[in-house]
Amino acid sequence: MILTTLESVPGKSITQHLGLVQGSTVRAKHAGRDLMAGLKNIFGGELKGYTELLQESREEAISRMVEQAQSIGANAVLNIRFSTSSITQGASELFTYGTAVKLD
Amino acid sequence: MFDLILFLTLLALGFGFGQYLESQHYKSIINRESSLKHIPAIATKHLPPEFIPCSTQMVSGNVVISIDFFKKFVSGLRSIVGGRVSSYESLIDRARREAILRMKEQAASQGANYVFNVKMETSSISKGRRNSIGSVEVLAYGTAIIQPSSIN
Repeated sequence: MILTTLESVPGKSITQHLGLVQGSTVRAKHAGRDLMAGLKNIFGGELKGYTELLQESREEAISRMVEQAQSIGANAVLNIRFSTSSITQGASELFTYGTAVKLD
Repeated sequence: MFDLILFLTLLALGFGFGQYLESQHYKSIINRESSLKHIPAIATKHLPPEFIPCSTQMVSGNVVISIDFFKKFVSGLRSIVGGRVSSYESLIDRARREAILRMKEQAASQGANYVFNVKMETSSISKGRRNSIGSVEVLAYGTAIIQPSSIN
């Protein structure tokens, strides 16, 4: 499975467009991380717990997108975009989408 | 009275540690930026034909960074009169540069020569919450171009 943010894969041609695929996950922060973040809020600096949490969540969203692409017989996802939105106070949605295609 | 002492202590701690951490962070950003200068990040969508053949790999970097208590207080004062909020400007600048650096570090570990079609996304965590943590997340992502034959 080739994942790219470009509109094409260099050196390969697209034989079939299979439409939009997407993956999303909604994550909430847990209390321990929130407490540490509260302390960091006094001193400033990076919130490593959140950085890791969001990275894991994005990987989850990507793997869901890849699953969907595989189920419709694609072997590449082009023009991938990410989007983040906060739904409620404690949770945010991480969303990724792209175009599933078949390459030769 | 106790509240006032606590508040002033937090302000002093925020000012001291905040300034120190920020200057350290800027130092490390500038160092790493110069060491990763050989991998340009490019916002163009289309790959020039002379780049082909090459292999591609999606790379990304993210960072969540928080403001300190002193700057948060200052920005609160600023919001009364309006104008530039320079304490948040430096926060977001640091976050963006750090996210790009992490993306480039990932690209460097794959042996890439360029990162094409770089996109950035900024989101605030815990938006609209009372006593909220003044923190911002920046994600930078793009496609690393790995040219097999080139010896840079």
